[in-house]
Amino acid sequence: MTLPADLETRIRHLVAHEGGPRAAMLETLRSVQAAEGWVSDERLAQVAAVLGVTPAELDGVASFYSLIFRRPVGRTVILLCDGASCGLNGADAIRDAIRDRLGIGYGQTTPDGRFTLINSACVGGCDRAPAAVVGPDRTLVGPLTPALLEELIGGAP
Amino acid sequence: MSNLKKINIDGIEIEVDGAMTIIQAAEVAGIEIPRFCYHERLTIAGNCRMCLVEVVGGPPKPAASCAMQVRDLRPGPNGEAPVVKTKSPMVKKAREGVMEFLLINHPLDCPICDQGGECDLQDQAMAYGVDFSRYREPKRASENLNLGPLVKTEMTRCISCTRCVRFTTEVAGITQMGQTGRGEDSEITSYLNVTLDSNLQGNIIDLCPVGALTSKPYAFTARPWELTKTESIDVMDALGSNIRVDTKGREVMRILPRNHDGVNEEWISDKTRFIWDGLRRQRLDVPYVRDNGRLRKASWAEALERAAKAMKGKRVAGLVGDLAPVEAAFSLKALVEGLGGHVECRTDGARLPAGNRSAYVGTAKIEDIDSARRILIIGSNPRIEAPVLNARIRKAWTNGADVALIGEAADLTYDYAHLGNDRATLAGMLTQDLANKAGTPGIVIVGQGALNEADGEAVLAHAMRICELGDCKLLVLHTAASRVGAMDVGAVTEGGLTAATDHAEVIFNLGADEVEIAAGPFVIYQGSHGDRGAARADVILPAAAYTEENGLFVNTEGRPQLAFRAGFAPGEAKENWAILRALSAELGAALPWDSLAQLRGALVKAHPHLAEIDEVAENAWQPLELRAPGKATFRNAIRDFYLTNPIARASAVMAELSAMAKARAATPMAAE
Repeated sequence: MTLPADLETRIRHLVAHEGGPRAAMLETLRSVQAAEGWVSDERLAQVAAVLGVTPAELDGVASFYSLIFRRPVGRTVILLCDGASCGLNGADAIRDAIRDRLGIGYGQTTPDGRFTLINSACVGGCDRAPAAVVGPDRTLVGPLTPALLEELIGGAP
Repeated sequence: MSNLKKINIDGIEIEVDGAMTIIQAAEVAGIEIPRFCYHERLTIAGNCRMCLVEVVGGPPKPAASCAMQVRDLRPGPNGEAPVVKTKSPMVKKAREGVMEFLLINHPLDCPICDQGGECDLQDQAMAYGVDFSRYREPKRASENLNLGPLVKTEMTRCISCTRCVRFTTEVAGITQMGQTGRGEDSEITSYLNVTLDSNLQGNIIDLCPVGALTSKPYAFTARPWELTKTESIDVMDALGSNIRVDTKGREVMRILPRNHDGVNEEWISDKTRFIWDGLRRQRLDVPYVRDNGRLRKASWAEALERAAKAMKGKRVAGLVGDLAPVEAAFSLKALVEGLGGHVECRTDGARLPAGNRSAYVGTAKIEDIDSARRILIIGSNPRIEAPVLNARIRKAWTNGADVALIGEAADLTYDYAHLGNDRATLAGMLTQDLANKAGTPGIVIVGQGALNEADGEAVLAHAMRICELGDCKLLVLHTAASRVGAMDVGAVTEGGLTAATDHAEVIFNLGADEVEIAAGPFVIYQGSHGDRGAARADVILPAAAYTEENGLFVNTEGRPQLAFRAGFAPGEAKENWAILRALSAELGAALPWDSLAQLRGALVKAHPHLAEIDEVAENAWQPLELRAPGKATFRNAIRDFYLTNPIARASAVMAELSAMAKARAATPMAAE
């Protein structure tokens, strides 16, 4: 798959306005992920060429950030907090509820490609523990209850 | 405006360029600061933290001296020079802490590690560390990488200094290595697990401060303290890289680079580094003579007698091969011309004009590439003809030089303007306005591929004219280590190879294995390996290879350098000059020297510039007569980097690398 023209334009814009290729690397990766959900090897090589850095260097940045996904993820990513506050307030029960409801554990994606569950050390929502960050807009939700979970997952089978 | 800044390091006040970092300033002051990630020829990473120092009056924490520039230091209240301490209690404690951290995940498997005895981590742990660790938890382990047949990896030993990543990306110009992950999970990786595609990759073995990257062919064969180290000169290409040959007993165990800023900096090519297994195979260790069409072993007396008998009263031609030292070329010339014959060193047919050093060597030093702003390459692929020189062109390109190429397009690891690939493009250059950029340093590099056809001299004349018009220096990039030296002593015949060998009844082949000798003449082969030349020979005189004799070599920029004997030749093989001397006595016309010292005396008397070891002589500019070249496209001189000489063809490592390079060329890159 060739690189979409708008993405290439965006990268060139970033290089020009962020202060060079290296400074533009993170924003480039975010743009790719916003468009496609994750960053494939093929895309990584393509955008590295546009940036003028080596794919290995760009992968170094991509792999440094755990929220840049280098593997395919579902359309909705659930980042469930398993930090101290959320853990004490029942994050494990929510994890189990998701496993029962969708059949996925941490790091897994539903076979229909709708949901991916990922554990996160902290989502900055201790006051709403147990909390999660959900979807492409990174919406903070919580305190999570079975009812709220059902609402989030919607009509999933 | 002066950029000089004063700085006081451990009570020593010095004045240095403000752009220098503290670690560099300390070097000037003669103070050693330990380091792992910092390397003077690579960019600054600042990630090992071993070089911490105390900056008095700065923030109350140790500073990484590799990443802090002198001009950023604050002077004292009364304008005193800023004070840096490298031996204070704070620094000692900081180093001990860093050392303890670095050793947390290090396996400490020194007894089974090849780096043992020459390991920066070992040495600095001894010098700056403490003898205990508070870490009781399980250590991290990493999976090893497959980087190919040269570099062995043990990634659990890695301390993530990223020197290898920076070298491959910046100097070698390949994209495969990187660092992924974060914190404890961070690892050096080869992107998508591919092997390294570079002929400079062996250098990461030297750069690695620990035993994470070690030499695969040398693995588990010797400890550094068992080796005898001999400083010498490489002959794999015409660069004359400075090397150190490490021997155990009579065997060469490994070859390492030596630093020479003017020649190879501190890099060597993989052919230079890993050639040594070729020194053990296919060796000619006794003389042979051909009886009834078959070669059989003979004594020296018999072989020399046979050779002398064949030569006496015949038309003799002498060929100087690519690896012959100047002394051998000089002796051969004296011997053969004494018999009324001709010698020739331009065995690849290069039309190098005899006697005109400004044309067959040029006027540029290798070091001039660094400061060049304009580089024109004609008929050459420096990446395979002289990989270390190519790294220097890449360095100039990184610093903003414009590179242009006339010849076969290839991946040279840097961008260049491809002006064309034939002689018409070259001739067309003369009509362009080349003078408009005159004033900035420029260099024209001419490869042997451009010169080895009938119109070679016309091509060279054009290159020289371009130099004149564009105010550039000329560098003739040779491929044979012996060539410039042999040209210097005049081992040439008017009319070149064909004229020298035409009607020759006897051909004395001094290691010129690349030359096809037609049936007919009697062939005496003198060389180190049973390669093509030996197969065609009627008498074989076994000779020392370059690590087995003292010899003088003049590199492609015209710099004479001395190679030293690291070990003895196998069996009955003898030094090249000594064989020629013995043969001359057998012929009844003994050459007038009985020792290498006397031979060198005669050599220097005839060619005084060869006494100026490690000096590049200025060559008076003598332009060639401008004639129209032919029409053909340029074809590079070397097709297979790994198999250019008899030693390389005997090497199993080189054979494997050659096969891999061919396979790589046959399958186009998947990603692009």
